[in-house]
Formats: sequence, C-alpha cells, structure tokens
Amino acid sequence: MLVILRRIGIALFTIFVIVSLTFFLVRKTPGDVLQTWAMDLVTAYGMTYEDALAMVKSWYGYEADQPLFQQYISYISGLLKGDLGQSFIYKVSVNEVLIKALPWTVFVISISLLLSFGIGVLLGMAMAWKRKSVLNPLVTAYASFTGATPDYITALILLIIFAVNLRLFPLKGAYDATITPGFTWPFIKSVLMHAALPISAYTFEHAAGWALAMKGSAVGVLGEDYIMAARARGLKERRIMISYMGRNAILPLVTSLAISVGGMVGGSTLIETIFSYPGIGWFFGEALVKRDFGLMQGLFLFLAASIIFANLAADILYSVLDPRIKLEG
Amino acid sequence: MAETSFSIELRRFLHRTIYEPFRIVTRDRRAFAGLIILLIFLLMATIGPEVVPLDMRSNFVERFKPPSWEHPLGTDYGGRDVLAMIIHGSRDVLSVAFLAALFTSIIAVAFGMIAGLKGGLVDVILSLAINAVLSIPSFPVMLILGSVFKITNALTFGLVLSIWSWGTLARAVRSQVLSLKEREFIEAARTLGLGTFHIVFRELLPNVMPYMAINFVDTMRGAIGASVGLMFLGLVPFSATNWGMMLNFAVRQAGAIYLPQATFYVLSPMVAIMLLELGGVFFAHGLDELLNPRLRS
Repeated sequence: MLVILRRIGIALFTIFVIVSLTFFLVRKTPGDVLQTWAMDLVTAYGMTYEDALAMVKSWYGYEADQPLFQQYISYISGLLKGDLGQSFIYKVSVNEVLIKALPWTVFVISISLLLSFGIGVLLGMAMAWKRKSVLNPLVTAYASFTGATPDYITALILLIIFAVNLRLFPLKGAYDATITPGFTWPFIKSVLMHAALPISAYTFEHAAGWALAMKGSAVGVLGEDYIMAARARGLKERRIMISYMGRNAILPLVTSLAISVGGMVGGSTLIETIFSYPGIGWFFGEALVKRDFGLMQGLFLFLAASIIFANLAADILYSVLDPRIKLEG
Repeated sequence: MAETSFSIELRRFLHRTIYEPFRIVTRDRRAFAGLIILLIFLLMATIGPEVVPLDMRSNFVERFKPPSWEHPLGTDYGGRDVLAMIIHGSRDVLSVAFLAALFTSIIAVAFGMIAGLKGGLVDVILSLAINAVLSIPSFPVMLILGSVFKITNALTFGLVLSIWSWGTLARAVRSQVLSLKEREFIEAARTLGLGTFHIVFRELLPNVMPYMAINFVDTMRGAIGASVGLMFLGLVPFSATNWGMMLNFAVRQAGAIYLPQATFYVLSPMVAIMLLELGGVFFAHGLDELLNPRLRS
C-alpha cells in the first residue's frame, strides 16, 4: 500500500515538473518565435511589423506587464481547477478542443491497441508453440520491416494505396459531413470507414512487437515445471497452449500496454495529420505548426498526464495480477 | 627483436579490431546486409553531394516528370532532380542523426555514471529525472521543442532530438555501474589509489561500451525517424533537400500523391528512410552478436 502511495506521489511530482518545465519553456523563449511569427504575418498580409507583433502578442496572451511568477501562479491555480488554458487560434478553451477531439483519438487508439495486442499475442503463441514452422521467419521479417518503418511512413503508404489509388476508403475526416451524427447505420458505417486506415496503420505497426514479446515470454514459460506436469497429466495440447502457456506468458506483457499506448499517442500527431483525422494528435499538430502555444501546452499536459497515469495503472494492475511481483519504489 | 614483437602486436591488434569483427558481421547474413546498406548511405552522404550537382532553381516545364535517363527518379514539383535531392538530403539526415546520437550518449552516460557512482540523494534525484524522461514519449516533447526553438542547423536539431531520448541508456548505464562498482577490479583500482577519473574512463566506460555502441545505432535510427517526422510536419524547415522536407512538399503542399506520374517523387524519400532504417536494424542485430560474446553459438 505504502509503495502504491509512493508511486502515486512520484507520478504527481513528475506531472508537476512537466507543467513547470513547459510553462517556463513556452514563456521564456517566445521572443524570437513571436518575431518570426510576426514576420510571417508581415510577408503574408503586408501589415507593419509593429502591428503584426502587437497582434501576435495578443493572440499569444503575452502579458508582459505581469511578473512571470504571478503568471505561473495563476496558470497553476487554473490547472488545479481543471482549466487547461486557451487556444489562441481557435479562440476557445483547450478543454473545449479536448471534448471535441478526445473521443476520436480514444476510439481509434483503443481499437488499435486491442487489435494489435490480440493479433500479436496469437502470433507469438503460435510461434513459441511450433518453433520450426514457417511462421517464425515470416513474423521476424515482418517485425524487421515495421521496426524499420516509422509509423507515419506506414500511414502514408496505406493512404496512397487504399485511399488515393484504390479509393476504397475516404481521404480525410472522421465521418462524412453530409451525414448527421446519430445512432444510425449510415453514420456508424461512415465512422468505421474513416477510422479503418488509421486503425490499420497503428495495428500493422504495433502487432509485430507484441508477437515477438509474446514469443519470448512464452518460450520462457514452456520451460517451467507446470507445463511438464500438465503434459504428464495428459492434458490436451490446445489446453496446455492456451491455459497454461498463454495465460502465464501474457502477464509480463501487461506492463508494456501502457508503453504501447504512449507510443501510439506519441505517433498520433503524425498519423492523424496524415489522415486529417480530427483527434488530439491532429489538433496538437495544428497548434505546433501555427505556434498556438496555449493549445500546444494544454494538449501536451493532458497527453503527458494520461500517459503517466496509464503507466501507474499498468504497474499496479500487474502487481495485482501477479502476486509474485512486488512494486519497487 | 623489438620489431618482430611489434609486428606481432600489430597483427594481433588488426586481427582483434578489424578481422574478427568483420568475420562475425559477415557470417551473419542480415548483419552483413545491414553493413552494406549503411556503407552505401555513408558514401552517398560523404562523397555523393561532391559528385552529383544539385540545381535547386525551379523549372516548371520539367515538373513532375517520370523517371528518365536524365532524371533517374523523376523530378519534383519544381522540376528539380529527385535523385540529386535524395543524395544531398542524405548528408543532412545522417549528420543530424549522428549528432543526436552523440549528444544522447554523452547526456546518458553522464547521468547514469553520476547516479550510479554517487548514490544517495544524488541518485534519488537523477533517478527521478530518468523516470520522468522515460515515462513521457519523446516524440511529442521533440515536437514542442521544435516549435519553441528556432532550429537553423544540424547542431541545434541534434540537441533538440537528444534532450528527451537519453532515458533508456542512462538507466542501463546506472544499473551497470551499480553492479560493476562492487566488483573486485574496481575495488582493486580504488585500493591502488587511482582517481575517480581513472575509474570512470578506464574501468567503467569500457565495460558499458558494447551496450552504448548498440544503443548508438538505435538512437540514430530513432533520430532519423523523428527528424524526418518533424520536418514532414513542417516544423523545422531548415533544409529543402532533407527527406522530411521533400515529403512535406510532396504530400502536404504539392499534392503529388494524387498524380500518378509523380509516384517516384513521393516514394523516393520514403524508400530512402526505410532502407536506411532497415540497414540500422540489421546492423544493430549483428553488433549485438559481435559485442555480446554470450550470444554467439
């Protein structure tokens, strides 16, 4: 119990450090960024440099007259009330952007996680069970390929083949704009069609890793005495493979789930940008490119906090699932 | 007499540093393929730009041309030769990745060594930092840094890529140092009165070197993916021939993915990244075998 409390303490402390670092990073360095931004406006709209700079400063919420520490305090107290800040380009709060964008990202990433985990675990089990089969070199080659291909390249390839050339899936968006959202079949179908390519990209990219991890873990389990005992008792092969090898081998993979979510969320900026999928990653990318520091900071904090808590949850879950594991400070 | 012993020493040295590693790397077909791929890219990055001229002037008559003798990979939206851009871009991509891996190794070894050797409160604080770095995926952090800082050259780009990438190596170095510092040879060095400098650079560092070498290749691979990704988003527009910039122009600005005749233009940077990364994956695998004698059968 004490260990879990300590873990939670460390997680909260890490979030606090991240909050402070991003705050000062974004506040302290914008000088040249604001200037480049102003210069962009000058070249784009032909306004004077002073006007452009004043406009940029107002967008940015740059309160030069307030001391930095005071800004920090008001920012932190806002965060504690659940206020993640303001977006300067959309002129709405980050919370509103989150409410709009989060469901799409959660939808795509949770399905991708389940699919890639399921496929990977099955492949890994089959690989460990029959180590001489053709499956082993095939999956190893597949793993080398995904290991060598950044997820956004996979996404681009899928987009070019299936959306641009074969026209099997739509090019952008989360659903067809002509359909009114609701629990109707056309809407659900449209949502699934639009999510198919992003989900495939994540799943294709992550399944191989799970397969290799599961194989490694399962091969280790196969050497255990209880497998031998199960064999000696004459249990069916299938039963040994699934209930004895599979269930025990899957346990160590649980902690990697959080890391995998982290990887998917980290890659979501590029993947959602490529498919123009309006999730958190897409908004984060927009915020970055348009230098919307308010939105950028808010979304990043949200992502970081979710990943830290996902890691924490995975650790605690693992220690509950496997009593042999003790959490270490 | 002195000369013969010298030549024996020399032969032993050559055997140990060149022949033996080469034999192990060539024995493993995958590792050998990786080595060849990496050498080709290295040649491309070092002498390629000196041999192949690059003309970045736009020539809109020649735009989106399919491959021909004159332009083996076709031309881009401005009528420029894609092959020449890929070759000139490889120097950018590789130098950024090399610098990123170098900075990452330096930061990681410094943190891991200090945490492992000092122990106590220093270790607690540094371990917290290592955990913080490990728990947040590095790519979003790089994105933020890339948009906050003005990146104008390979040096700053490498620095930005390394700031959040040193966690894994630092943790490995720390745990290595924790176990090594109790061993007899460190004890002996201490008893002999050899300073911390000697212990760090002559005793500990050679022992963590193998892991660092493999990590170096992996970090370079990560940095290639990340730097191209940052450029693809359009965050770090400092070099027009960088593969990420090429992809950004091709996909996000010129709309070349919708033009059948521009297929080679779009595919070239993608295939270049995949080949280079594949070379890294294969080579790292062979390196693992080379530096980890226990893995050798």
